[in-house]
Amino acid sequence: MSRLTPPLPKFLRPAPSRPERDGRPGRTGAPNGKPGEGAKPKRGKQLREGATEGSAKVVGYLDERTGASPFLRGFLYRKVPKGSSWFYTLGSATMFAFISQAVTGIFLAMYYVPDVNRAYDSVAHITHEVFLGELVRGMHRWGSTVMIILIFLHMARTFVFGAYKYPREIQWVIGVVLLVLTLAMGFSGYLLPFDQRSLWATVVGVNINASAPIMGPFIADFLRGGAEFNTATLARYYSLHMLLLPGLIGAMIGAHLYLVAKLGITAPPWLRADKKELAKEEI
Amino acid sequence: MAENRSPKNSAGKSPYTADRGMAGAFEGETVTRRRFMTTGALAAGGIASAAFALPALGFALGPLFEDGTNEAWQDVGAEDEFDPSSYVQRVINIVPDAGEAGKTTIYVRKFDDKQDMPSPSDEEQKLDPLPYVAMSTRCAHLGCPVRFYQAPKRFVCPCHGGVYNFQGIVDGGPPVRPLDRFYTRVRNGRVEVGERFSVNSELRRFKPRDPSQHLDGFWQYLYPARPST
Repeated sequence: MSRLTPPLPKFLRPAPSRPERDGRPGRTGAPNGKPGEGAKPKRGKQLREGATEGSAKVVGYLDERTGASPFLRGFLYRKVPKGSSWFYTLGSATMFAFISQAVTGIFLAMYYVPDVNRAYDSVAHITHEVFLGELVRGMHRWGSTVMIILIFLHMARTFVFGAYKYPREIQWVIGVVLLVLTLAMGFSGYLLPFDQRSLWATVVGVNINASAPIMGPFIADFLRGGAEFNTATLARYYSLHMLLLPGLIGAMIGAHLYLVAKLGITAPPWLRADKKELAKEEI
Repeated sequence: MAENRSPKNSAGKSPYTADRGMAGAFEGETVTRRRFMTTGALAAGGIASAAFALPALGFALGPLFEDGTNEAWQDVGAEDEFDPSSYVQRVINIVPDAGEAGKTTIYVRKFDDKQDMPSPSDEEQKLDPLPYVAMSTRCAHLGCPVRFYQAPKRFVCPCHGGVYNFQGIVDGGPPVRPLDRFYTRVRNGRVEVGERFSVNSELRRFKPRDPSQHLDGFWQYLYPARPST
């Protein structure tokens, strides 16, 4: 097992014993003359050593009790195929976009009021009066578009590189679920500013759902929370946008990442499969 | 205990716990206590989960079975404000308490025997036609608000180019059925507007449907009416 896992990085290895430290004066040291010149480098060195030792102790304490380091080592220092390029960062970029959306969304929720009579005013308040409100709202607004673009680029990369093939079919399925959830986030978030564009886009979007045979009328009523657009509709979209969909996306990202760590990533298709040993490169 | 008095299962073991030499087994007992406890714990967990999941689901799905629209008759003006030749714009409240989003524009005019075709629903039930035509502005394509233009006597939708004639019947574009209407009546010389209804291309009345849902031919069976409780 230990032979298969890559070696610990230097800062995680147990520190060698330091005999020269014993019998030395403490950090206030340098008793004879020139305290200004002699003590400074020593104190710096000691502080540095102390910090290294201290952090190693904390890491050791946590590791002993959680067993996290084999997991983290496997997850963070896993082998990736030679030829991995910037194309392989699109998934992480999408996840970063999601995290950025989550963080800005949390702060927007501090000022937003999901009420049909006050939603528009609260968004106007965020945009025009709250300090940096325009920036945070702008990040959330444009970030949603960026996330959609990134998720499609990531999907295109996976498709073109054939990375969805055995044994990564479930990866692909989870990815498609994430795509649908992300689009649902975009749809539910579009209503929240509650201006004319939001309202009519949502009306049209719900009615597109209503056009499905058999289930359409029920889906539309569920999305609206009634037969017509009403007071419950906005609260419903707010709840979906704030709680249900982000929770599901977080869980699905967890499953997606677990499989990334478990199965590794695919080599680029132009790398020859019969020279497997050459294809491995450790980073 | 070990005497062979019962049929054996596929593993060659007797279904009776007593036959398998289990301590404290009862006569005729076939379910081991471990299995009984496992099943019981799973059932209790299932009941506990259902106890909060089902009400929560019903809470979210409840509006599917409620109407929620304004059922009160709303005054839109005196009788002499409307005539058969043109529509008059009025604003009514279709969802109470929803602020601006609960209001909608409607177009009202007097019903006219000469130019209006009566609804087959009225003929079958031997009723007089509704005294006024109250046209909904909700486009039957995807629900954008249509506008009435007096010169061509057409309703036009800005979103995807749906066009309806003076009767609200589709003249062109993507809408699948005529514009919805509202019930009308006259009380004390005032015109009042009631609930929404949808119509098919013969102006037969149906319970209100969402835009994009067909009401003609075979297609009407694919879009069931909202269940009423």
